Amino acid sequence: MNAIYSNPIPSRGWCIPLVPFALGCIALFALPAHGEQIGGTNDGLLERSLRFLSLSDGSVRMVVMGTLLMGFGCGIMGGHIVTRRLSLFGDTLSHAVLPGVAVGFLWSQSKDSWAILIGATLAGFLGVALISMIRKTTRIRQDSALGLVLSGFYALGICMLTRIQKMEFGNQSGIDKYLFGQVVGLSESDLWTMLLSCALILLLSVFLYKEMLVTGFDSDFARSIGLPVELLQYLLWLLLAFSVITSLQVVGVVLVSALLVIPAATASLMTEKMDRLLFCSALLGCAAGVIGSFISFLGSHLPTGPLIVLVSAAFFLVTLLFHPRTGLLPQWLSSRGSDRRILRENTLKAAYQELEAMDFKQEIVPVSQLARRRRISMPQAYREVESLVTKKFATIHSPAGDASLSLQPVLLSLTPKGWETACRIVRNHRLWELYLTNEARYAPDHVHEDAEKIEHVLGEETVRRIERILSNPRRDPHGKLIPSQQDIDRGFVA
Amino acid sequence: MKEPFIRDFDPIDTFVTPWATAADAAWNGQIVLMGFLVCLSCGLVGAFIVVRRLALMGDAISHGILPGLALAFIVMQSRALLPMFFGACLAGLLCSACIEWLQRKSILKPDAALGLTFTSFFALGVLLISLHGSNAHIDPDCLLYGEIGLIPLAENLSIAGFDIGSRPLISMLAITILVILALTIFYRQLLVSSFDLTLAKTLGLRINLIHFGLMLLLALTIVSAFEAVGVILVVSMLIFPSVTAAFFFTRMPVILLCSIPLSVIYSCGGFFLARWLDCSIAGAMVVVAFLCFVCAWVIGSQGGPLQRAPHLRRVVAES
Repeated sequence: MNAIYSNPIPSRGWCIPLVPFALGCIALFALPAHGEQIGGTNDGLLERSLRFLSLSDGSVRMVVMGTLLMGFGCGIMGGHIVTRRLSLFGDTLSHAVLPGVAVGFLWSQSKDSWAILIGATLAGFLGVALISMIRKTTRIRQDSALGLVLSGFYALGICMLTRIQKMEFGNQSGIDKYLFGQVVGLSESDLWTMLLSCALILLLSVFLYKEMLVTGFDSDFARSIGLPVELLQYLLWLLLAFSVITSLQVVGVVLVSALLVIPAATASLMTEKMDRLLFCSALLGCAAGVIGSFISFLGSHLPTGPLIVLVSAAFFLVTLLFHPRTGLLPQWLSSRGSDRRILRENTLKAAYQELEAMDFKQEIVPVSQLARRRRISMPQAYREVESLVTKKFATIHSPAGDASLSLQPVLLSLTPKGWETACRIVRNHRLWELYLTNEARYAPDHVHEDAEKIEHVLGEETVRRIERILSNPRRDPHGKLIPSQQDIDRGFVA
Repeated sequence: MKEPFIRDFDPIDTFVTPWATAADAAWNGQIVLMGFLVCLSCGLVGAFIVVRRLALMGDAISHGILPGLALAFIVMQSRALLPMFFGACLAGLLCSACIEWLQRKSILKPDAALGLTFTSFFALGVLLISLHGSNAHIDPDCLLYGEIGLIPLAENLSIAGFDIGSRPLISMLAITILVILALTIFYRQLLVSSFDLTLAKTLGLRINLIHFGLMLLLALTIVSAFEAVGVILVVSMLIFPSVTAAFFFTRMPVILLCSIPLSVIYSCGGFFLARWLDCSIAGAMVVVAFLCFVCAWVIGSQGGPLQRAPHLRRVVAES
């Protein structure tokens, strides 16, 4: 145990912003609920939004509290399970609790009770235990095991619920709020249960943060330093079951798993640090909850649960597309940029090789020769040359003195900037070839392909180190001259 | 009079009364037949789905069809069969395509990509239904756990003046025949690409096309079955038969053939169980399937507690 505490893994500083959140929750609770019910639907949008934002309405406050707590709890639990590749456990669990709900209802004969909570927790636990038993004793794969337990338990629950509805006391409706959820039907005791489960989740995430981190990412290591891995896992499942069950009443069976997965997945696109991930995920969950219930309050017949999920899906989509580091659009732009750079560098290298073939006696290269060396068509070569010209790596002249790009033979001459880049690329290429032959014992005819790729990504620092290792060589394995830094500075390798 | 939760077992009422009169027999026969067809077609497709580790893709598609259904209704303003069918199939395929795209393009873990996509689709569907479909008679209850008991109530199809039976039953029959035909014709291709992707590639099979075909078949099956058993119980019918059979047999043709007796057991057993306990018939069918699975797990020859020692020995020998 000591090893982990002496290990400065992460700080717990991230939990500081949660303090105002918790205080806000308590303050909201303490406010007396004096507002009237959500009534007249003929107010304007502005009036409605004001009513929502001022939180003067008792039922609005109830809804906001409920969705906030739900978003918070599901967000944090989601962060834990998504990073453990257990995303679909949430889905399975939310379906598997159903028979427990039915049993609890039968036991206590009422719909708001601890019996339902306990029954549901037990059923969820049984489901999860069954999954791990199936995994241990059979060759059935994880996804099938999840599907088996999910649908088997759910069907059992459906049978029991349909049976209950046909019995006389089942008609007091409300039991099917566990299937679809009803945010309006939240009672104060529901909120207290949610607050309790959120508090437990918060306690787990703060006080067992390091332990959860270690067991989540490297359970073998965790076991070797003496952590009770199994116990921690059961604790995680217990809290997962709590947050699923308390959220079931708000959004229903299917959408609970959405609230577990989507905010956490969004957060996992934003950061790689677990503490930040949990924080972002909780924040996103809360934001989606409040915005979703706000939109559903503005419209008249809009269901809250689906809106909360769709708001979180919108957050996800925006992050997926536009996040500066992992977003698909920035990545696409940067890969297109580097593709173009590599193309330019290859053209410059070809120009250098042409100049070298003429022993650097001339300063101009005909585009037709460039095309031949690059093994591309003339129009392609013109396009590449044009890109060099726009980036000021080269200038073009035609023999007739006409600088327009026509199908006339055009002569290319490199600007100092272009010359420098060409030398740098050739130098990278030849140094790498030499490094592979001398140090990595590659055959000289096997090194070219590798160098073709690496030449574009070698940094100045690495090049210097390679030079030092090879003690400033002058010639590559094929006997060609390696342009040195002085050559580049001087302008020509005459 | 207060009824107990578990009713007394009355063999006459359970087994005989449903078939007492011709009308009753026809009514209940349709229900059992529908259950059988759903189990059979799902079981056949499911055998391939399970070996391809796509078991939860069935779950995802069955939820993903909802916005398609809702949109088809909103656009057509009717519950016409074909638009709903196509809308649902398209949405299901779109959902599976989105999942695969996310799994390939983003850094998300595959399970997160799956869970995220289908729940969003489902949420969109529920929202659309509640926005426009308050008169759509798309009952979300019915969507989630289906009502196979209402199958005989559906309008009858008639061809050239001949009444040929209840519409869902006929369409399910057609889909079942389609599934059997497709699996027979493309059996080798499916088998090779399911078990050995590299071999399939070397043989020049068009893997993406096969995958798409299987997804299409899956979507068709789910769409025509969900009316009877609901979106979630479709999933169980996809997984249970082949997994149960795999406890006893290892060869794919045998496992596929096993879906026939298993479907009979599920549909009849479920019907009688529901008759006894007076509960959801589709739910009872899955409960029977679950019980069969547990029995197979305990006594099966391919793993399970009773056979674990030889199983472990084989694993050791293999490694």
